[in-house]
Amino acid sequence: MTTKDTVIVILAEQAMLEPSDVALDNTLDDLGIDSMALVETIFAIEEAFDISVPFNANNPEDSGFDISSVASIIAAVDQLKAAQT
Amino acid sequence: MGRVVITGAGTINPLGVDVAQTYDALKNGRCGIGPLDIRDADRLSIQIGAQVGDYDETAHFNRQQIALYDRFTQFTLLAARQAIAQSELTFAGALADQSGVILGTSGGGLTTQDENYRVVYEDGKNRVHPFIVPKLMNNAAVSQVSMEFNLRGPSFTVATACASSNHAMGQAFNMVRSGMAKAMLTGGSEAMLCFGGIKAWEGLRVMSRDACRPFSATRNGMVQGEGAGVFVFEDYDHAKARGADILCEVAGFAMSSDASDIVMPSKQGAARAIAGALKDAQIAPEQVGYINAHGTGTGANDKTECAAVADVFGAHADRLMISSTKSMHGHLIGGTGAVELLACIMALRDGVIAPTIGYEEPDPECALDVVPNEARQASVDVTLSNAFAFGGLNAVIALRKA
Repeated sequence: MTTKDTVIVILAEQAMLEPSDVALDNTLDDLGIDSMALVETIFAIEEAFDISVPFNANNPEDSGFDISSVASIIAAVDQLKAAQT
Repeated sequence: MGRVVITGAGTINPLGVDVAQTYDALKNGRCGIGPLDIRDADRLSIQIGAQVGDYDETAHFNRQQIALYDRFTQFTLLAARQAIAQSELTFAGALADQSGVILGTSGGGLTTQDENYRVVYEDGKNRVHPFIVPKLMNNAAVSQVSMEFNLRGPSFTVATACASSNHAMGQAFNMVRSGMAKAMLTGGSEAMLCFGGIKAWEGLRVMSRDACRPFSATRNGMVQGEGAGVFVFEDYDHAKARGADILCEVAGFAMSSDASDIVMPSKQGAARAIAGALKDAQIAPEQVGYINAHGTGTGANDKTECAAVADVFGAHADRLMISSTKSMHGHLIGGTGAVELLACIMALRDGVIAPTIGYEEPDPECALDVVPNEARQASVDVTLSNAFAFGGLNAVIALRKA
């Protein structure tokens, strides 16, 4: 699977949606992913891609990992993959 | 001070997935102890335990819940749902603010700790699931129950090893009796039948390799169990006013500390707790018909407990019945007093005394009527439930027929 497909599957599982219901411009709020589900999402991404995500739950916005939309998360994962391989 | 009654009971334990199944097993002397079905059991020298059999967490909880509910929390919630359903209470408004949850556990989320230590130490992984802490903490079960049922009053977890549930129920009792709370969910839970949980107990050399035979001269140790018991303790006037079905009255409670040894029991400490519960309940020793013993099946506990009972009851010690249901459901450690309270309620409600099974040979140091091997019909008005923990912390509850 591509980065995009894998991230969407992870987000869909957390949001209890079908992957086809997750759009690239959705925000986490749109998907109903709360702070608890977000840290599980980060964990699932780390496991799936074997990367370390610089995420601090105290201030997610300043973590250097852009979670503002599905598309931004996919782009951030791709960056981390490139940087950490 | 007010009076306190029990208006709901729930359980899941090695004898059954609810109160009815548990009563049936207790009445028929059915044993829930068997070969341990856990990972790496072949590396254990103790290979028996009383597990909750055929348990499938996915039948009760969804993926998100399982990520947060350790096995001890799952057992607690299942028992609490039954207890609240039976009580027919709904917690809203002032009643919600005046009702809380006090539960006992010794190991808390020990299975979660065990699994995740394995992940980082044995498997060498450097990342664990984000919810390990809220899943393993000892108060997780209390908090999840409070959230599921909107219990917003005094709530906390009690950890006094094998007396945890009795101490928890004693607290709940006194809170309702004093007017601090209208209703309390109370009892306890344990789920430490995992590799590390059993390995630690093995070290003490107090575990039996074949069976739990309390009071029998042939006894050779305790057997661990798992499960939960949860009750609704309610203010008598409140229960009466709404026409609730009252299972029995909680008549008294006392606790004591041996202040002597970290593992060896003390006759004086146990006797002070038993006598204290009678005094608190304003019950004469002669009124007590049945005692659910702590009865672990160890050499030290059983003879010390019998000596304490003989001291407190004098000649009446030979007339009352005392049995250890740990012979059937094993030692549920922090949850044990809660499941054992069911044997006391069954005695009061159904007039059936649960037996001490596996009894083979009299021990002159345990020369009481231990209801060997077969349940007995008997009408009793008052029952006691003993719990004497490692660390010398004792807690005894007295129940009276409603």
